Amino acid sequence: MKKTKSKPTTKNSPDAEVWELRLYVAGQTPKSIKAFANLSRICEEQLAGRYKIEVIDLLENPQLASGDQIFAIPTLVRTTPAPIRKIIGDLSNTERTLVGLDVRKVS
Amino acid sequence: MNLRQYLPSLDSQSHRSADFIAQWIITKIRFMTRARNNASISPGMLRKAPTGIQGLDEITGGGLPEGRPTLICGSAGCGKTLFATEFLVRGAVQFGEPGVFMSFEESGEELTTNVASLGFDLKDIVARKKLVLDQVRVERSEIEETGEYDLEALFIRLAYAIDSVGARRVVLDTLESLFAALPNEAILRAELRRLFGWLKDKGMTAIITAERGSGTLTRHGLEEYVSDCVILLDHRVTDLISTRRLRIVKYRGSTHGTNEYPFLIDESGISVLPITSLGLNHKVSSERVDTGIPGLNMMLGGEGFYRGSSILMSGTAGTGKSSLAAHLVDAACGRGERCIYFAFEESEQQIIRNMRSIGIDLGRWVHRRLLQFSASRPSAFGLEMHLVNMHRHIRQFEPSFVIVDPVTSLLTIGTKMEIQLTLTRLIDFLKTNQITSLFTSLTHGETNLELTEVGLSSLMDTWILLRDIETSRERNRGLYVLKSRGMAHSNQIREFRLTDKRAQLTDVYLGPAGGLLVGAARLAQEAREKAEKRARSIELERKRRDLERKRLALESQIAGLRSQFELETQEISQLIAQEETIDESFNDERTEMALLRKQDAPQSGRKRSANSRKVPGTDGRRSK
Repeated sequence: MKKTKSKPTTKNSPDAEVWELRLYVAGQTPKSIKAFANLSRICEEQLAGRYKIEVIDLLENPQLASGDQIFAIPTLVRTTPAPIRKIIGDLSNTERTLVGLDVRKVS
Repeated sequence: MNLRQYLPSLDSQSHRSADFIAQWIITKIRFMTRARNNASISPGMLRKAPTGIQGLDEITGGGLPEGRPTLICGSAGCGKTLFATEFLVRGAVQFGEPGVFMSFEESGEELTTNVASLGFDLKDIVARKKLVLDQVRVERSEIEETGEYDLEALFIRLAYAIDSVGARRVVLDTLESLFAALPNEAILRAELRRLFGWLKDKGMTAIITAERGSGTLTRHGLEEYVSDCVILLDHRVTDLISTRRLRIVKYRGSTHGTNEYPFLIDESGISVLPITSLGLNHKVSSERVDTGIPGLNMMLGGEGFYRGSSILMSGTAGTGKSSLAAHLVDAACGRGERCIYFAFEESEQQIIRNMRSIGIDLGRWVHRRLLQFSASRPSAFGLEMHLVNMHRHIRQFEPSFVIVDPVTSLLTIGTKMEIQLTLTRLIDFLKTNQITSLFTSLTHGETNLELTEVGLSSLMDTWILLRDIETSRERNRGLYVLKSRGMAHSNQIREFRLTDKRAQLTDVYLGPAGGLLVGAARLAQEAREKAEKRARSIELERKRRDLERKRLALESQIAGLRSQFELETQEISQLIAQEETIDESFNDERTEMALLRKQDAPQSGRKRSANSRKVPGTDGRRSK
């Protein structure tokens, strides 16, 4: 996994708010991979085209951990829209992830 | 099972004291043996990281276990964070071991502000790359938990911080916040276990603080993971006075003091008591110091106290303890030595004024910075605080003479036992530093004058007892030396008078009945004896004159007799001369007569002698 892996899948909804998500991992551990897969899936399902995922590998950039007050791995941080929200864990529970991210169901 | 707790409370109290003493002695012995062992420390022994906290390194025999985590637990406000901070700051500044402070509660700024009042400049130490402050803020409301996770990020942050300054010491304050933030305790516990293992692997000397739980050392059972060294801090209030205490619950692989040690937090950080050595191996001086009262010097073998000795001056109220103490201060300052006067009853100004009335000006010594007063009410703070206060003053001022006036005032804030231990520590400290100390002690009642309230006598080298002597309806002051180690001291009771020109020890005055005469009785007796003496001398003079007169009379008599004798002698010699003349003329006459009668000339001696034999006959005839 690269240091910062932006994944702007589609950028064709200019009016909609862009969700900026940061996923903190430490190396390619099974939990990290699983979290990334889960996140990608949820975003595709719920926020298609309106999200940006930045993956930060703390093994490479340990100094970035204190900025977002990360202490658990993996941690997903929603930087925008405000307020900042954090979800720790491999995001295997979609329901809770959605609650955590405060994503309204797109009908 | 400890049966002692079932004994009645009074009993258990005394048992506890006995236990306490026994424990204390054992600890002492341990320290002594360790001090000997330390010289030959084997490579396999547990290495220790000195904390630099006053007193703690003595209790732990060198510090916290190096490269291992130590758990500091205690209830809120007992000084855990400060303890941890001091450990890091002293490590970074004194022992060249940089540190990482990972706080789960306070931010770096808050921490910096909080410890600034204790004289730690964290900002500066951080700027010098000797310390990293990292705050892990855990907000339960911000966090949602889903699925599996671990605390690897914490490890990474810690590792990053450690590497950035090359840290040897780590503080985690207070890890337990994580329990509030993370609902999944199973993961947390597994991760904490891993964390402590990891810290050990990294060789970090770590302090983990934890809140005390009810009935357990920590609320979340952290002692389960950190088992090398556990220190319990406690903050207790007894009789309205709060005392902080520290106890080493366990220390794997090392002996340690097991008591509850009082400790303090003041402007120079934490001080754990006992502060100084626990041994009886201080150097002694055979130098003597003047007491300022010639009479007292004489009583103490003619030279005064030994330097570095401890002196107890006990007596009932108003016997002049403070006044006598002032003499000693004056004498010491007069020699150019520095003194500290710890007063528990009077203020500095009051003491100076009062001593002026007996002709001692202590104000000038204060002015010349030779004398320092430290006056405080005993109840102002706890016993330990007093002790540390004294220590600090002594360390700063470096006096050669210390006065505690009166030591019995401390009884209001502690039990006899506590005071005795406190004073033992103080005296040990003073003796180690060759400081002469004077303790005044107020005794009550006349019956047990020779019992000090706080059982101090065994700690004292010299004991001067001041007492009232009540005779002929007046009270006077008497002084005697009850004991004085290492010198031939006087065994007399001396009268001790406070005049406007210092104290005077008057000579021992024994009355006709053999009793000690003091005060007016002494004066009266003195006057009486003076009168008698005068009368006796007049009588003597009279007798002498009488004798002289007799001698003169006798001499004149002798002269009379002699002149008479001379007269007679003269008369007799005249008579003799006369007789001889007569004799001769008679002979001549006879010769002439013979010549006239034509008698034969006396040719032979025989004839002549026959002639001469006839002289008496002629004599008799002639006298007719």
